[in-house]
Order: sequence, then C-alpha cells, then structure tokens
Amino acid sequence: MIRRALTSSAIAALTSPRTVDHYLEQLHPMLTVDLVRARVVGVYRETSDSSTVLLRPNRAWRGFTAGQHVQFGIEVDGVRRIRCFSVSSSAANARRSFTVSVKAHPDGYVSQFLHRRLSLGTLVHLSQAEGEFVLPQPVPDPLLLLSGGSGSTPVMSMLRTLRDTGHRGRVVFLHYARSRDEEMFADELDQIAITMPNARVHRIYTRSPVPGSPLSGRITVDHLAYLDVDPTNTLTYVCGPAGFIAAVSRIYATHGDIAMLHTEYFKVPAVDPAAADMTGTVTFADSEVTVDNSGATILVQAEAAGLAPRFGCRMGICNTCAVRKHHGAVRHVVSGEVSAATNETIRICTHTPIGDVNLAL
Amino acid sequence: MSRLRRFPLIKPFSATDHDRAPQPIVGMDTVKRSPIGLEYLSYEQLDAFGAELDALRQRVLDDLGQEDADYIRRVVRVQRVSEVLGRLGIFCPFAWPVFAGGIGALALAKILENMEIGHNVMHGQYDWMNDPALDGQRYEWDFVAPSEDWRHGHNFLHHTYTNIHGLDRDIGYSTFRVDAAQPWQPRHRFNVPLALGLMLIFEFGVLLHGLERQEYRRGKISAEVFQVRRNRALKKIGRQVLKDYVAYPALALPLVPFVGWWAPLAVLSGTAVANVIRNAWAFTVIFCGHFPAEVQTYTRSDAENETRGQWYLRQLLGSANITGSRLFHVLTGNLSYQIEHHLFPDIPARRYPQIAAEVRKLIEKYQLRYNTGRLSRQVRSVLHQLATYSRRPASDAH
Ligand SMILES: Cc1cc2nc3c(=O)[nH]c(=O)nc-3n(C[C@H](O)[C@H](O)[C@H](O)COP(=O)(O)OP(=O)(O)OC[C@H]3O[C@@H](n4cnc5c(N)ncnc54)[C@H](O)[C@@H]3O)c2cc1C
Ligand code: FES
Repeated sequence: MIRRALTSSAIAALTSPRTVDHYLEQLHPMLTVDLVRARVVGVYRETSDSSTVLLRPNRAWRGFTAGQHVQFGIEVDGVRRIRCFSVSSSAANARRSFTVSVKAHPDGYVSQFLHRRLSLGTLVHLSQAEGEFVLPQPVPDPLLLLSGGSGSTPVMSMLRTLRDTGHRGRVVFLHYARSRDEEMFADELDQIAITMPNARVHRIYTRSPVPGSPLSGRITVDHLAYLDVDPTNTLTYVCGPAGFIAAVSRIYATHGDIAMLHTEYFKVPAVDPAAADMTGTVTFADSEVTVDNSGATILVQAEAAGLAPRFGCRMGICNTCAVRKHHGAVRHVVSGEVSAATNETIRICTHTPIGDVNLAL
Repeated sequence: MSRLRRFPLIKPFSATDHDRAPQPIVGMDTVKRSPIGLEYLSYEQLDAFGAELDALRQRVLDDLGQEDADYIRRVVRVQRVSEVLGRLGIFCPFAWPVFAGGIGALALAKILENMEIGHNVMHGQYDWMNDPALDGQRYEWDFVAPSEDWRHGHNFLHHTYTNIHGLDRDIGYSTFRVDAAQPWQPRHRFNVPLALGLMLIFEFGVLLHGLERQEYRRGKISAEVFQVRRNRALKKIGRQVLKDYVAYPALALPLVPFVGWWAPLAVLSGTAVANVIRNAWAFTVIFCGHFPAEVQTYTRSDAENETRGQWYLRQLLGSANITGSRLFHVLTGNLSYQIEHHLFPDIPARRYPQIAAEVRKLIEKYQLRYNTGRLSRQVRSVLHQLATYSRRPASDAH
C-alpha cells in the first residue's frame, strides 16, 4: 500500500527531477522503494579461491527465478564497481535472502574483494534479478544441468530449488571442475545425490580424477551417453567458460538437437577477427570520425579511435553503453543475431559491425 | 559524409569523460600557429606551462577517492534536508518566521542543487564514482533549462571555446554587450536594466539561451534539432511548474479552513521567492566569472591551431575568481574558483582550493595575471562593463 503510494506519479510530481528514493535514502539507505539494495549478512568460504555471500535485500527486491543473475555493485574507495553474479541459492522462500557465489579470479578486482575483504553489513547496490536462463514450467523431464568451473552457480540454484519444491522428475547434474578442492558446493552436492529422488549428480575432476571413476577428461558425447542423456531430446542448461560452452554446443550440433541447449556466459566471448563481417567503415557521426571496421565490438573500435563512450559491464547487461545506430547492420557477439534496422538503439559493447555502420556517438 | 574527417586528424586534448571537450580548433592553414599568449610567453614556455598543468591535473585525478565521494554525498544530504525543511516551513504561512525560514531553506537547497551539485555533476566531476545518481550524462537538475541542452551549450561550446567571439555563445549571452569586440546594437542601451531583469528570471534566460533560436533562424541548426529541443524544454517547464506552482500549493488546500483562503497562494509565492533568490544568486556568480573588466576575449583565428598550453592560458585569462569564505565558495558551487574550474572543468570542485595554490605558484613562475577579487569588486566591475559597453562606440557613428 505505502509502497504503491510512494511510487505513484503524484509523488513523482512532487520530487521531480529526483525520485522519492533520493529522499528516503537520507532517512535510511535501505528504505528505498525502487532502488534495490542489500546488506551482506554472511560470507562463507566455499574453497580456497571462492566464497558465498549471503545477502538480505530491502523491500524493493522482487525476488528471482532460479538461474537468473543480479548486477551487484559495491563501493570501494568511493567508486562503485558493478559485476554480474548468478544467484546460487534456492528460489523457494527467496524473498528474505539469497546468496551469490564468487570465484576469485587471480587478478580480478571485485571477485578478489568479495572473497577476501568483504565485511558483514556492507551495503550492496543491486538490480532486480534478470536473465532468461530459467527453467520452463512445468519443469521438463528429463533435464540436464551442465556446468564447468564457477559456472555451477546458476544451475546449483536450479537444483536446490527443484530439491526444495519436491521435484520428482529425472534430473542429471553434471559438473566439471579441476579437482575436488576447487569445487564449490561439493558437500551439498553429495547430500543431494543421496537424498533427492531421481537426481543423478556426477562430478568430473579434469586435473585430479577420482581413481576408478568411469568418466574423465573434458566433456565428450560419451559422458552424456554414460549418464543416459540423449542430446536429441533432453532440455539442457549449460553454464561455464566460453570454451566449455563451445564444446557442448558442438556435441549438440552433431549428436543432438541444438535447440535443446540453453546457455549462460559469464564473459562475452572473444570476437573472431577473421570473420567475414570485417568490411566497410564505422562512422561515429557526432564526433565526425570514421574508421575502418576492424571486426571488434563497436565499443572497442570507438575507444581505439580516441572516443570515450560510456560503458559499464562491457558484456551487454547494464545498458550504459546504449547508443543510437543511424543505419547499418550489427551482429550480437553471443547470439550471433543480426540487427539491421535504421535508427535503433544498440549496446555497443556486445555488437560488432557488419559492413558500413553509422552511429550517434 | 563530406563533413566527416578521417581519424586521427584531430585528437581531443585529454579529458576524462568530459563531453568531447576540449577539442582544439583547427584552421585551414595548418602551418599557422596561434598567437594566443605570445605577449606573455614564448612557444616553449607555453608548452612547459601546459605540461605543468597537465601534470597537476593528473596528480589530482589520481588522488580522487573516498573523501571526494563522502564530500559530495554530504552536500547532497544537506541539500535534501534543507529542501524538505524549506517546503515544510513554507507550509506554515501562519507563522511568519517559520515561513521566512522555509523560503530561505528552499532557496539554499535550490542553490546547492543547481551549483555545487547540478553544475558540477553535469561536468562529469563525479563520473568516476560510477553512481547513477551522480552521473554527468544522466543528471537532471531542479532548473527549467533541460540539462541535456545546457550540457551542450555549457560543457561543450562554452568550456571549449571560452571567450572566443562567434563560438562561445556565453559572451554576453547573445543579449548583452560586455566586450569592445561585440558590435553595438540599439538594444545594448538597456544593458543594465535588462541584466537586472534577467537576474530575476535567470533560469528562463538559461533555457532560452540553450534553445539556440537565433542559430536555428540563421540555419545553423536544423529544424529537427530545434524541434526536439523545444519539446524537451516545454516538457521540463511543465514538470517544474507543476511541482513548484501547482502540486505544492495544492497540498496547502487542507490548510484553507484553518489559515484562510490565501494559504495555497502563500505557498506558491514562497516557492516563487525561493526560485527568485536562487536566480539572482546564480546570475551574480556567473556574470562575475567572465564579464569583469580585464577578462580577455579572442577571435576564432586567434585560437586556430592553439596548443594545450595556449588553451590553458586562454582559460586563465578569460576567467575571474571571487574571494570569500568556505561557505561562500560552496554556495557558488566553487565557481568562485572560476579560473581553476575553467582549467580543469571535470575535476571535483572541492579540489579547486588545493589546485588554486599550485596554479598561483605557476602564475608567479610565468609572471602571468590572476584575476581575483571580492564579490563586491567583481560585481562593480561587471556593472561598469555593462554600462560602458551600453554606449554606442564613437567609431561606430555612421
Ligand atoms: C550473467 C553473468 C553471471 C555471472 N555469474 C557469476 C557467478 O555466479 N560467479 C562468479 O564468480 N562470476 C560470475 N560472473 C562473472 C563476474 O561477473 C565477473 O566477471 C568476475 O567475477 C570477474 O570480476 P572481477 O572484478 O574480479 O574481474 P575484473 O577485475 O573485471 O577482471 C580481471 C581479469 O579477469 C578476467 N575476467 C573477468 N571476468 C572473467 C570471467 N567471467 N571469466 C574469466 N576471466 C574473467 C578479465 O579478462 C581480466 O583479465 C558472471 C558474469 C555474468 C555476465
Ligand atoms: S557496457 Fe553494459 S551493456 Fe554495454
């Protein structure tokens, strides 16, 4: 009720050009009605280089569906740094709190900070949960949850949710990690393997395999066959390093049905500079600059030309880099989708030009 | 396509996220060198001067951090609190001291919002914080002029082409004659009364200035651009008027049975007075920044092919500071440090006092002039300029 009133257009007229949150936050930073914020209420070590962060969001949080991610912003030395993290906890009873699980990259800023220096009570600036990497309803039977490395977080959230909602269909959870020491959620997965009916949990340790384990090494179609997974009709959710996803895609393209595959990338795949798109010129009309199309993303090409376009995540999520494209065709680096409409807004961090492109930059 | 040049003919001078400025003006004759500052320094000295300022700029940028973030958040907090107290005070027209205090608090809030917060945030001074609420490109201020058009006219045209006739539209705001090089027109006779009038409705003056109607009439900007600007302006006026002069007065309707029929009218007038106080203050500070005597102006050909050192020198000689207390500086949005602001428009304003100390050392070293004075002196100087140039120059007669 109060929330509805506070977000009404009548209140907006009184606070314009600010929003009501810009006043409420002065009373208390968690009182905002539209800006999602959370407190860190727990930090737990998963492995020597990964941690799980327990968050208690404020009332603006509308909950999440297992598999979705949030934009996670923390302020260090006055600078807000925003990264995406998949929710790793169960979506059952999700309103009160949730977790993200973070693998610390050796020279990563935010992931190292979260793993080593995050203190309880820290204020986190969040987005609402977003992303299409979610299970359909009803949940298909059979189902394959497939992950490599830290890519287990969104599928772990799915598995936990299925467990907590009493799902009885067949679920295969197949995970690739370097070793058991580097595996997140290892003990809980052992538990689920025992207690959850019709769930098969299988881990493959690529660097230090369990002696006598029937499967080993990188993913092949035989691994799927061993687990009775038929790639022609098993809905599959895969998340992990780009190379891993590429390997899985090849398997589904040759031995199964690629339409069965749902993917989630943690990082925008590198652009192939040998691609045939690398023709024509890119024109940054506002700056009156034209360059030859190098095949890189428009953001990278603009920066190479000395422009300083705005960006945030650089992976197509935050919309900070959105720019009007006057004309020309561009390709999305993840989906490969081509958009050629005139006067449309595109995210330049995740689009490469195909031939001549003209932008309001 | 004919207008497009191939990169890298023109490289902008280094500037973090600062609205494409500053970009040097390139003349047809590429071997010609700009004469700016040669009466003070040689080209070598100008280069050294530029390099020292570039180094100073980098030192301050590298040092930005938590304290600067805390500072601007503190200002925002004071601004929000005084705005709320101000609005509440204006709702007590039955208690005059409270009502007057409310007007004062609301005026203070608007001044802080427009100057220390709005103007500075829109320069991108806090972009490094990556806080959407303090993002230079997205910030919309509590002022009728839409920030997008203001950013273009101010950040880009005015700050890049400072005091260059024909490029910097802020010389006399295309209304007043403040410099001998501006041609005299009959309306300039009313320089002083017009300026005093503009002072009261300054926010609308800024809005009209940003529309660039004259440029549109002369065909310098397209009809589409002008339409978009006009619609944006009308929308913004609508929102500002709705808030200040309709919504808040309407909230005072329940007071009518207790206070009298005039309660909403009192709220409306109180808000109007707060807006006028802000207008007068902003006008004063801004006119003192560039229009006092001794501030230099340039022609376009002077500035062609200028170097970074010359660009800095032009900013220095084209601006004037105002001395005062710390509170005074905050209330001017630190535009009292107009010189430092023009040298480094995208460095957080709270750093200007620190920068000023170093700039003055450089001024001494290179024996340059640093235009500064008390508010009263600068105001007198501006009035004197307006009065002097309101008279038709003798050479102008037929
Ligand atoms: C939709 C989505 C969901 C994500 N979910 C999770 C999650 O659940 N858990 C998790 O730990 N991370 C997740 N990420 C990755 C996360 O957002 C960060 O990219 C990662 O934590 C690194 O951030 P950083 O600040 O530590 O590294 P940065 O300081 O940004 O980068 C430092 C170095 O690390 C490299 N690097 C950055 N990101 C990656 C990456 N993903 N893989 C390999 N190298 C990288 C960079 O190239 C660079 O060399 C997700 C990303 C996306 C887009
Ligand atoms: S930078 Fe975030 S969407 Fe492009």
